[in-house]
Amino acid sequence: MGEAIVITSGKGGVGKTTTTANLGAGLAKDGHKVALIDADIGLRNLDVVMGLENRIVYDLVDVVEGFAKLKHALIKDKRFENLYLLPAAQTRDKTAVSPEQMRDLVEQMKEEFDFVLIDSPAGIEQGFKNAVAGADKALVVATPEVSSVRDADRIIGLLEAQEKHKPFLIINRIRADMVKKGDMMDIDDMIEILAIELLGVVPEDEAIVVSTNRGEPAVLNPQSRAGEAYRNIVRRLQGENVPMMKLEDESGFFGRLRKLMGFKG
Amino acid sequence: MFDLFAKVFGRDDASKEVAKERLRLVLVHDRASLSPQAMESLKNDLLKVISEYMDIDDQGFRVDFSRHDDAMALVANIPIRSVKRQSLSK
Repeated sequence: MGEAIVITSGKGGVGKTTTTANLGAGLAKDGHKVALIDADIGLRNLDVVMGLENRIVYDLVDVVEGFAKLKHALIKDKRFENLYLLPAAQTRDKTAVSPEQMRDLVEQMKEEFDFVLIDSPAGIEQGFKNAVAGADKALVVATPEVSSVRDADRIIGLLEAQEKHKPFLIINRIRADMVKKGDMMDIDDMIEILAIELLGVVPEDEAIVVSTNRGEPAVLNPQSRAGEAYRNIVRRLQGENVPMMKLEDESGFFGRLRKLMGFKG
Repeated sequence: MFDLFAKVFGRDDASKEVAKERLRLVLVHDRASLSPQAMESLKNDLLKVISEYMDIDDQGFRVDFSRHDDAMALVANIPIRSVKRQSLSK
């Protein structure tokens, strides 16, 4: 029996889909059988981030409505034999699926996969309720900004009210140079405010833009700092105790030099 | 080293401090917006505890959040009918 993990945030654009793609690819690289579910019905994007947009035949709604079998709707990844994507429907909306149907679907997928990662839509309405319905664990992605932290707090409240999930925090897009100047909240500030356990910290990294352009998750890029952070989170999800990566300021002269010469943390 | 300087000379204008302070206030308000059910349950619990010490008028019992400039307060208005004597020795 596998584990179902929902990746959520409240606010849009903080990196839920990127996180889902990277953790999925990382877990698959480590040999686990992984399925990704895009629960953002009507605004699907996990397919393009994974570079699998040309292979979609059936989608989540087709499966839930019994129009297609699960095994026919699952798209096999280009890079890993053991990684699959269940895409969202693009022409329907969040009400096309109910939380009960999602729970049954995830339950069914957990029998076959070690990890089922669910990419939640932004917001706290039906789409969010669908995404969390079948999950055993919740990862809350937040960037060090007032609006993102506020929405994360709301999501954590909703998750804790269900008493089903103990949410874990992933701080995304942190910039060491701004933290150093006191112009960005640091890791301790965020943990203090949100009061949940930290699972990982992902630095801002241009490699993410490039990897999204190409449809290749950064977790597979050994040069990428964000990729390294995702690899650490993947190890923690497997129960390993990995120390938090040191945030490095690459803005100064020595930082740029270090980056140029390819030294890492 | 720079961090030490920043601490010693205490940069008050660091925008993250502004962000934290604004978040602190907005979250107190967000979190205090209890659902009507939770509010009712809070009211009943308060009623139960206070009734152990005094006889109160549960019809006139009011609980509300009130917002001041930079703080939130839980304000309860509890009319007392009488105070039980034995509770004072507790």
